[in-house]
Amino acid sequence: MSDSSTTERERIQLSSAVVRFAGDSGDGMQLTGDRFTTQTALAGNDLATLPDFPAEIRAPAGTLAGVSSFQLHFSDQDIHTPGDAPDVLIAMNPAALQKHLSALKPGGIVIVNTDAFTDRNLQKAGYDESPLHDGTMTDYQLHEVPITDLTLRALERHITEGQLNKKEAERCKNMLALGLVSWMYSRPITETEDWLETKFSAKPQIADANVTALRAGWNYGDTTEAFAFTYEVKPAQLSPGRYRNITGNQAMAYGLVAASVRSGLPLFYGSYPITPASDILHELAKLKHFGVATYQAEDEIAAIGSVIGAAFGGNLAVTASSGPGIALKTEAMGLAMITELPLVVIDVQRGGPSTGLPTKTEQSDLFQVLFGRNGEAPLPVVAASSPADCFDAAIEAARIALTYRTPVVLLSDGYLANSAEPWRLPAIDDLPALSEDFSFTTEPNLPDGGFAPYLRDEETLARPWALPGTPGLEHRLGGIEKETETGHISYDPANHHAQTEMRYARLERIGQQLPPLEVVDPSGEAEVLVIGWGSTEGPMQAACHDLRVRGRKVAQVHLRHLSPLHPDLAEMLRSYRVVVCPENNMGQLAMLLRARTLVDVKTYDRVTGQPFGSTELAEVIEHLGWGEQA
Amino acid sequence: MTTKDAKLTKKDFTSDREVRWCPGCGDYAILATVQTLLADLEARPEKTVFVSGIGCSSRFPYYMDTYGFHSIHGRAPTLATGLAIARPDLDIWIVTGDGDGLSIGGNHLMHILRRNVNVNILLFNNEIYGLTKGQYSPTSPMGSVHKSTPMGSLDRPINPVSLALGAEATYVARSIDTDRKHLSEVLRGAYEHHGSSFVEIYQNCNIFNDGAFAAVREPGQRDQNQIRLTAGEPITFGPEGERAVVAEADGSMRIVPTEEAGDRVVVHDPTRPEPTTAFALSRLAPSPTGPTPIGVFRSVDRPVYDDELRQQVEAAREQHGEGDLVELLESGNVWDVL
Repeated sequence: MSDSSTTERERIQLSSAVVRFAGDSGDGMQLTGDRFTTQTALAGNDLATLPDFPAEIRAPAGTLAGVSSFQLHFSDQDIHTPGDAPDVLIAMNPAALQKHLSALKPGGIVIVNTDAFTDRNLQKAGYDESPLHDGTMTDYQLHEVPITDLTLRALERHITEGQLNKKEAERCKNMLALGLVSWMYSRPITETEDWLETKFSAKPQIADANVTALRAGWNYGDTTEAFAFTYEVKPAQLSPGRYRNITGNQAMAYGLVAASVRSGLPLFYGSYPITPASDILHELAKLKHFGVATYQAEDEIAAIGSVIGAAFGGNLAVTASSGPGIALKTEAMGLAMITELPLVVIDVQRGGPSTGLPTKTEQSDLFQVLFGRNGEAPLPVVAASSPADCFDAAIEAARIALTYRTPVVLLSDGYLANSAEPWRLPAIDDLPALSEDFSFTTEPNLPDGGFAPYLRDEETLARPWALPGTPGLEHRLGGIEKETETGHISYDPANHHAQTEMRYARLERIGQQLPPLEVVDPSGEAEVLVIGWGSTEGPMQAACHDLRVRGRKVAQVHLRHLSPLHPDLAEMLRSYRVVVCPENNMGQLAMLLRARTLVDVKTYDRVTGQPFGSTELAEVIEHLGWGEQA
Repeated sequence: MTTKDAKLTKKDFTSDREVRWCPGCGDYAILATVQTLLADLEARPEKTVFVSGIGCSSRFPYYMDTYGFHSIHGRAPTLATGLAIARPDLDIWIVTGDGDGLSIGGNHLMHILRRNVNVNILLFNNEIYGLTKGQYSPTSPMGSVHKSTPMGSLDRPINPVSLALGAEATYVARSIDTDRKHLSEVLRGAYEHHGSSFVEIYQNCNIFNDGAFAAVREPGQRDQNQIRLTAGEPITFGPEGERAVVAEADGSMRIVPTEEAGDRVVVHDPTRPEPTTAFALSRLAPSPTGPTPIGVFRSVDRPVYDDELRQQVEAAREQHGEGDLVELLESGNVWDVL
């Protein structure tokens, strides 16, 4: 589809736009959103996405429970969030409209598939009568488009020639919708055409039908008078470099592979499928040519057990799960801690407790990973803060694990896992040279030629990593308390206390060797500090930006390391008049900061399964930071 | 420290740790047999790893001067699987018990056997929880009266050999702690078998369950009750071979006087591809209080999980070439900002 076919119509320049596709689980909204995202990335915009789908694979068709949505925020500016309120809502059925209309900006554009507004569907969505003409839509720009019918008409030839049946033809309606929205935002669709042809290369008639529907959608916008304007968002001025789009889970997988390459260790990934972590396994299973061994274990415990075995054998060993699975891995994490083996345990957090909200995001596993083990079992915990940041966070987790010989917990969440953003590709040579952070012990370390598996490195307090197969260094590890240096079983009271202190000392050593904390405070005079961790970084950045535009002097710090906390953190917090800590939990980091620093951290907690909006946070920070002064 | 050239002895496999099982425990005999056998097999201490869970038997690794891992309850097969995938050059042994391997860790046992991971599994069966001081175990006979079952246990015991065969384990055997010669032979077979080897060892707990295996273990009784399985031989037993195992029409097996058996005596063949016959043999003795088969029930070749996993890695390298990080990061759509 070339631009030359577009009839003249006023093209409105926008700085940014938020588009939300919503429909039934079976309507292909995630795929539609993914395609629109790719087209938008190729148009050079900065972007952020928010997929939101039900836990049920196919909830009853047409119901509110079955609504799946995908939101995309794109801009000619540097952006940090998938956007608060959409400018445009594409509602493929009444349930999608019912569920998402209230999120739309006043005056926003709504495109509905009128063919889906049957009595039965209206009833399922809880509408007594059609909302299209009862005044519900007064405040919005409503476009009624018979998307299903248009799709069937476009594919009439395909149906009559027997290339596909009516039901198969109807399934192409998401491509018609995509074509229409692509036309609205002046997004070329050639890339999606190529993608469809590759994806359905084994079924060329399906590829052709989808491409036909996509073009029909574009042409509908172009030739009907229904749409008075098209919109354009110019490319963003991003830092120079080569970019691609990436989701958090994909970046996590790539980060682990990069850590393997940079450490020279084969990657062993043992895990048990769980939402929203499974995609890391799927990604890595495709990357065996990097020497990656992926092992789908029989359960969560077997997954971490296999990883401990692989770490003992000298691999870069990683497991991932979500909260419920981490709970099952707890005992084994303690074993890995006391045996001081390097491994990475990824927790892609989801709504809890128990099974909770499997497809929704939350930050409520912080205490679980910090404290959820029997005995004194301190572990380093690091957190990723954006989809692309999962790449760097994975490398950092591997670095700590290998350098200090300890399991490391790496926190992500459902939002990071599934959301996408443009990622400026790093130069491989600039990535940390992990191979310099450790070495395998191959020689005895005692004057008498013996080997003490817990004789520590003075600088890192790490114990030797001697692999099975090394002659003369035969030793036994286990979960029973160890004697200092020799690692023999010891029930000696003083030894147990000393070993416990040593394990904390080793953790603190990690903190002492971290680079300085990075505080963002353009004014250099801020009295209000916003602190957070994980996926709230984007909304917090955007909120702070808005506040600064309004003249507020606000500083922001976002923690990569939750354990140990940076040794300078307490002093830093004390230097601000107000410290605000917004979290998608009930105040877990805030409680930790209060306990560790005695600073009266103000909290803002919300667990709705959705990320914070930036407007919401700006109001909160304004209120907590300056409200009482005003 | 060992050198490659010296002929190793039992001492080379014996650690400097004081053995702390109860005096008279069957574990001592098994330990001595294993240490001697490994020397005889010319195994290398540095290439040998013992992985265990929790329980009396699971202290075993501490007494071996090899690499070892005393892990957590029931999970030894999980660690061993990861290690076997990572390190094809090692000989990996799992030491577990009836509680560790069949109760808390039953799930992992089933999966390691069905996958046929290249490890040797020694399950010390003493029909009791020893470390927690005497509760009944998954192999205790029904009605067992112990601390937690003063009126007798209610759950039906599991037969470890039947379980292993049900999971289609490729090497399944049974032996007795104090029968050094028989145990050595069975363990040698396990060592030489490529894939998962499962060996149930009847092990007497003289503190909490003394005499549980008297029928097959003690002089005077064992000659009557041990059904020694020998490949290629008709299955007969008793001091004069006066009893024989015959197959019934329904696939089960039965013990009859040899003179009545005629040509119906089952000839033992552990290499049968189907585990059915071996399973029927394992059902001859629900618990070892009467005639009980010992020896190798099954020994067949089947692809080994960890070999195949590594082969997939190699196949991927042949197909795509050695992974290139720049290529990976730039896969899909990329664009340049100048």
